Amino acid sequence: MASKVDDIPQTGILGRKVGMTRLFNEDGTDQPVTVIQAGPCVITQVKNEETDGYDAIQLGFEDVKGRNSTFPVIGHDAKAGTTPKRFHREVRLDAAGEHELGGTVTVADLKDVPYVDVVGTSKGKGFQGSMKRHNFKGQEASHGVERKHRSPGSVGGRSSNLGTGKPKKGIRMSGHMGDERVTLRNLPVVKIDEERNLIMVKGPVPGANGSLLFLRTARRLWKRKVAIVNAS
Amino acid sequence: MSAALIAAVEQDQLKSNLPVLHVGDTVDVHVRIIEGSKERIQVFNGVIIKMQGKGLTATVTVRRIVANEGVERTLPLHSPKIAKIEVKRRGDTRRAKLYYLRDRVGKKRRLRDKRRGLDALTKQEVAATEQQQAAEAAAASASEEKPGDE
Repeated sequence: MASKVDDIPQTGILGRKVGMTRLFNEDGTDQPVTVIQAGPCVITQVKNEETDGYDAIQLGFEDVKGRNSTFPVIGHDAKAGTTPKRFHREVRLDAAGEHELGGTVTVADLKDVPYVDVVGTSKGKGFQGSMKRHNFKGQEASHGVERKHRSPGSVGGRSSNLGTGKPKKGIRMSGHMGDERVTLRNLPVVKIDEERNLIMVKGPVPGANGSLLFLRTARRLWKRKVAIVNAS
Repeated sequence: MSAALIAAVEQDQLKSNLPVLHVGDTVDVHVRIIEGSKERIQVFNGVIIKMQGKGLTATVTVRRIVANEGVERTLPLHSPKIAKIEVKRRGDTRRAKLYYLRDRVGKKRRLRDKRRGLDALTKQEVAATEQQQAAEAAAASASEEKPGDE
């Protein structure tokens, strides 16, 4: 069965989070949206199966002064006939060969993309306890609990730790939280403003305002969204 | 820069015909209600006890008494569902949030009419109407230009 999902252009773009607002629909309902200023990106490298083992395009985003860059980067971007860029990210595409070195990708290329995956770096929370970091319940407020109300509890006994003298690997404990790569999948694209290079995505996205985001055509759509795409 | 971008995004959706509103004002809010295919307008009359947010996300909370029961509605000012807002009375208040009205019963619920700061209020209203007229003139000239371009 031919699905419209196969016709969605596969692409990606780099941008910066601007902030959040809401947009009203004509029927009076409204949607929370994140405004992202994305592109224009330059295609700084086209990879193919033969030479690189896989098909992909590499995108460069945001100019950087030559003196703040490095010679390898300056040389690499010069091959694509462009000034040095601050960020480079790859998008895996089966049809990478159709793209030209030095070509540009703008938000207009995402016009027919109904859903995107958004990759960002979450806000750093510092060293956090197990209640905030892993949603542990902590201990009771009373009934004899003293000075251990937010502690994680047992990390296992002799039998579960196999007599090794230390807890099992991967046991969830307190530690550094946030400031890590987070991918949100299948966010609806609400609006695109080609004039200002803005793309508006429904709901929140990871990271602080002004942080770098990577957007790509949603890789795997959930069933319900596939139905919506096919019906449109 | 980001704030300016957000403002630019919101610009198209902002209403230019809102009256000057303050906490303590008694207002008639005309709310569009869609029932099936029919649309009608319901008027919600009450006192503004809270104003929150700015730009497109600004809301007012209006409190009224229905069948001896307090009802509060928080309404997004720039929503297309709000057809019109009319200011009926200006109440005199000393606070930004009138949560204390929730505990008031009977005559105590009423606010004194505004006497202080009326000059400032008139100035605000004049400025608002001027701005509105300017916006309308700009919109009119823009719509005139458009057919010429095409």
